[in-house]
Amino acid sequence: MTMAEVEAWFVAEILPLESVLMQFLHHNWRNEADIADLRQDVYERVCEAAQENIPDHAKAFLFKTARNLLVDRVRRSQVVPIDVTSDFDALGLAFDAPGPENTTIARDELRRLQSALDRLPPRSRQAVVLGRIEGLSGKEIAARMGVTESTVSIHLANGIRALVNAVYGAPEKPVKKP
Amino acid sequence: MTTNPTNDPTPHTSATTLEAEAADWLQRRHFWAWSEADEAQFNTWLAQSGAHRVTYWRLKAGFERSSRLTALNTQTSFGQPRPQAPKSRLHFFMGLAAASLALVAVLGVSNFRLTSQNTGTLYETQVGGRQTIVLTDGSKIDLNTGTAVRVKGRSAQVLHGEAFFQITHDEKRPFIVTAGKHRIVDLGTQFSVRTRAKELEVALIEGRARIDVPNTPSAHAAVLNPGDVAIATSEKISVSRKSQQDLSGELGWRRGVLVFQNTTLKAAAAEFNRYNRRKLVIADRAAKLTIGATFPTDDIEAFARTAKNVFGLTVEHRGDDIMISK
Repeated sequence: MTMAEVEAWFVAEILPLESVLMQFLHHNWRNEADIADLRQDVYERVCEAAQENIPDHAKAFLFKTARNLLVDRVRRSQVVPIDVTSDFDALGLAFDAPGPENTTIARDELRRLQSALDRLPPRSRQAVVLGRIEGLSGKEIAARMGVTESTVSIHLANGIRALVNAVYGAPEKPVKKP
Repeated sequence: MTTNPTNDPTPHTSATTLEAEAADWLQRRHFWAWSEADEAQFNTWLAQSGAHRVTYWRLKAGFERSSRLTALNTQTSFGQPRPQAPKSRLHFFMGLAAASLALVAVLGVSNFRLTSQNTGTLYETQVGGRQTIVLTDGSKIDLNTGTAVRVKGRSAQVLHGEAFFQITHDEKRPFIVTAGKHRIVDLGTQFSVRTRAKELEVALIEGRARIDVPNTPSAHAAVLNPGDVAIATSEKISVSRKSQQDLSGELGWRRGVLVFQNTTLKAAAAEFNRYNRRKLVIADRAAKLTIGATFPTDDIEAFARTAKNVFGLTVEHRGDDIMISK
C-alpha cells in the first residue's frame, strides 16, 4: 500500500473510532499520563500493518491491536496486571456493527468545536477565528492582531490542537479563565 | 516499531511533544508562504517515523473536519470586548475591495433595503422556466425554475429560487450576491445559490467565495473552497463538502435535467414539483424507495413510468396531479 492509501484508510476507518478507543484505553489503563502515548502507539501499529495489507475489519483490528499493546505494556512494566481481556469483552464492542454512533458524533461535533473554541485563551481564539473562519493568512493575522508572526504561529498551533481534540471527542478540560 | 529507539525514559511526553511539532507543521503549511525547501524539510520530518505520520494525519484530518463543520459565531465567540474590531473589519473588506465606495453602497442597500434606490434590472423565470443572463463584464447568471434575481452593476440580489453564477473576476470590484440577510463575496468564482423557506444553500464549484451577514452584531462568516456547500440560516452557517459527482448532479438543471443518486421517491418528486405545474404525489408507503436516474426536468411522465415499471407501483392521474402508491 502507498502512504496515501494508508492515510486515506486511517482517516476514513480508524480516526472515527477514536472516542471509543479512548474510552477503552481509559477503562483499562490507570495512568492517565500514558493515554495519549498509548493512542499514538496503537495508531502507529495499525498503520504499520496497513502498509502491508489493509485489514478487512478496521474496528476489530484496531481493538485487537490496542489490547495486545496493553498486554505488552503490562508484561514489560511488571506492575500488578489488570485483566485487560475480560474488561475488553465487558465493554461489549460490537465489531463493525453499523451503529447510530456516527450520526450522533457528527451532531455533537459542532457543539464540541464551539465549546473548544470558547475555551481557548482569547489571543489564540482570535488567531484561529481570523485564520480559519475569516480566511486570513498568517501574515494578515499578525498585522491585524499587532503581534509577531512567530507568536501567531504559536497561537494557531495551540488552537489547531484544541479544535482537533474536540473533533475527536476528547473530554472537556476544566475551564481556564485568563 | 513499538519501542522508542532513543529509549526515552519518559515516553508519555513524546506523544504530546510530537503533537505540538505536527501542529506547527500544519499551521505553517496552511497559513504561511510555503516553498519547495519547506516541502522537502516537511517530508523529511514525516518520513522519520510512523509516529510522525500518524500524528500529522490525525491533526490534518481533524483540522479539515473543523472547517467543514464551521458554524461559528465569530462575534460572540470572543469573550473579551474588542474595541478595535469594527475598524479592523472594515480594513479587511477594503483589502477585498479597493473600490470601497461601491461596496459601501451595496452594504447600504442590503442593510436598509431601500427598494426605491435599488433600481437594478429584475430577471424572473416562471415555474419550469430557465434563463441565462450575460452581463456586460462577461459574467453569466443561469436562473433556474421559479427564480427572481435583481442585477445592478457588480451585484445581484436573489429574491427567491435558485441561480448559478459564473463571475468574471475583478480584483478591484468583487461581485457581491445578496440573499435575505446573507451576502456572498466572490473571490474568483463559480457558485450556485438556492433559497429555501428558512435557509440559503450556496455550493461553490470553482474559485473561492466568502459568505457572511454584513453589519449584524452576531455576524457569522465562512470562506468556501471548491466542493463546499454552505447552509446558512439566520442563526448559523454550516459547511459540508460534496463530491464533484454530487455537485454536478445538483447542477443538472443547467442542462435541463434532474439527476438523482440514491434519492428517495419523495425527495425526487419534490424536485420535479419545483419545475412543473402538474404535481407528483407519493404515498407514504412508497416514499422511501430510492432511485438513481436522470430525467428531463419537464418529463414528469417518464418518472411515473419508471415508478410503475421498475418499482411496480400504482400510478393514477387525478386531475393535474399524478398519484404514485404501493
